[in-house]
Amino acid sequence: MRIAVASGKGGTGKTTVATSLALCLAANGGSALSPAGPPLLLDCDVEAPNAHLFLRPSWEAVWPVGIPVPQIDPAGCTACGRCAEVCAFNALAILGSGVQVFPELCHGCGSCTLACPEGVITEVVRPIGVLRRGTAQQGIDFGHGELSIGEPMAVPVIRELKRQVNARPGQVVILDAPPGTSCPVVEAVRGSDFLLLVTEPTPFGLHDLRLAVEVGHALGLPMGAVINRDGIGDDSVTRFCENKGIPVLMRIPFERAIARDSALGRTLLETHPEYAPRFRELAGDILRQVEGAR
Amino acid sequence: MKQLVILSGKGGTGKTSLTAALAHLAHDGPCGVPLALVDADVDAAILDLVLAPTRLEEHDFVGGDTARIDSDGCDACGLCLEVCRFEAIRQTGRHFEVDPMACEGCGACFHQCPAQAIRMQPRVVGRWFRSESRYGPLIHAALFPAGENSGKLVTLVRQQARCLALDRECPGILIDGPPGIGCPVISAATGADLALVVTEPTAAGMHDLERILGTTQHFAIPTWVVLNKADLVPEVSAQVMDTCQRKGIEIVGRIPFDEAVTQAMVRGEPVTAFDRRAPSSLAILQIWQRIVAGLFGGSIDTRVERLDRRERA
Repeated sequence: MRIAVASGKGGTGKTTVATSLALCLAANGGSALSPAGPPLLLDCDVEAPNAHLFLRPSWEAVWPVGIPVPQIDPAGCTACGRCAEVCAFNALAILGSGVQVFPELCHGCGSCTLACPEGVITEVVRPIGVLRRGTAQQGIDFGHGELSIGEPMAVPVIRELKRQVNARPGQVVILDAPPGTSCPVVEAVRGSDFLLLVTEPTPFGLHDLRLAVEVGHALGLPMGAVINRDGIGDDSVTRFCENKGIPVLMRIPFERAIARDSALGRTLLETHPEYAPRFRELAGDILRQVEGAR
Repeated sequence: MKQLVILSGKGGTGKTSLTAALAHLAHDGPCGVPLALVDADVDAAILDLVLAPTRLEEHDFVGGDTARIDSDGCDACGLCLEVCRFEAIRQTGRHFEVDPMACEGCGACFHQCPAQAIRMQPRVVGRWFRSESRYGPLIHAALFPAGENSGKLVTLVRQQARCLALDRECPGILIDGPPGIGCPVISAATGADLALVVTEPTAAGMHDLERILGTTQHFAIPTWVVLNKADLVPEVSAQVMDTCQRKGIEIVGRIPFDEAVTQAMVRGEPVTAFDRRAPSSLAILQIWQRIVAGLFGGSIDTRVERLDRRERA
């Protein structure tokens, strides 16, 4: 089972929920909630990865991730311009009697390599970030990607994280998605069985929740909501969820103590163990919805 | 013309609340400056919730191309599936189709298809608007959910805002940026005269602050930091201040945690308009005065001075 945790608006508590859900599943490893033992948590917010600050994994491997960009052998190149013609991203241009490559514009699609009539294009990986894999407390498997500073493309890092850090058979995977509703979120959430939306009861939270729900619908995913900082703002988020038939699976009240502990990099379950049964219920509700949807 | 961009790295630190309050002060405050406003957080555009704009113009935004397989012409050779690196081709028996959400628009399948059964079609992935808000002209946009190419849309709204500001003789542009450090952020920030980075005293906020400061430094954008919810966790606030000091970056304001900010948001108003004596409003007024002095008037900040000299030279 793959559970994606997303929100639309940033800073609503995605990582708070994802990390505590992971801890809860680890504590219930072997039970029906998490039959294959502790879960795998993938932090897909590669622009601002934070889950490791809470779960403090010991890293076992770190390796570069990149985009395969064309390299042209000038000896065989006739400067026919076919590569520049097929490139949809203007990453190749004919300058004088040769081809100029603009690696930072390249999406790594390989279209130029396929199109070159002389077969003189090879590809070299241009690193744009790193992936890390490790083990966190209670045996949680942990993976994250980190986009390098100054690099624009988050999507390839997310894609490779999901391809290269694999779950054991039957292992529950929790995907901590980036904020927003555009391509990085879609890349993180695609292929999941359930979309858990963490929101806050404010007009800003509602606006972005509405967009996130549309992403969930477009991907055909069952959804549920967690309302964080409950008590601030108004009840418009609750009414929206009722109207849309999205179950509110958990409410976390706004308390300075919770905010403070989270600020210090401590998980909700660690500092407020009274939430353990509620996270168990949350995991059970998700499991039932996923099975119901199948 | 000066461009001020509000950034954060981590989401939810208070970018939009601060932008709205600055827009209000620029319009109605004691040291007003007519600004053109831009919401560059195009996949979660919420500035209009507090600026109450009237839309004057509405335009489609074409993101990029999407491949489409014409099933009549397709002879089911499967080459498209083989060449696509984005898992965007789906096969059901002898039927092949494109998943538009996964399609990168690269055209590899289009160029390789031996039956020429694939077409590339431009796809409208959002809309952008020219509006008049209660605090000045606003250029904003809405990328459709699951849309792509947010960086290109950000560039477009910034260009439109520049034209508008020249037209209306606004001395400045105020840009509400997206979270993160990737493509829409780079598009929102490059070429800005000043980046105001809003952070909060949390472990996650600190971590992401370092990454966004690295990004503004990479693109040589003069940067100030605003510490929001500054009194919530004093020991982490002290760490944020140390980090900034070490990097030689000035903390230009400290906004206390203040429930008036949420109350104002619920009312659809900037906090400075909702309650100008609220602790957060007073802190934001001081930040605005620093911006006026540093960016629009007598330069009191050395970084901006340096920038002015560079512009003159």
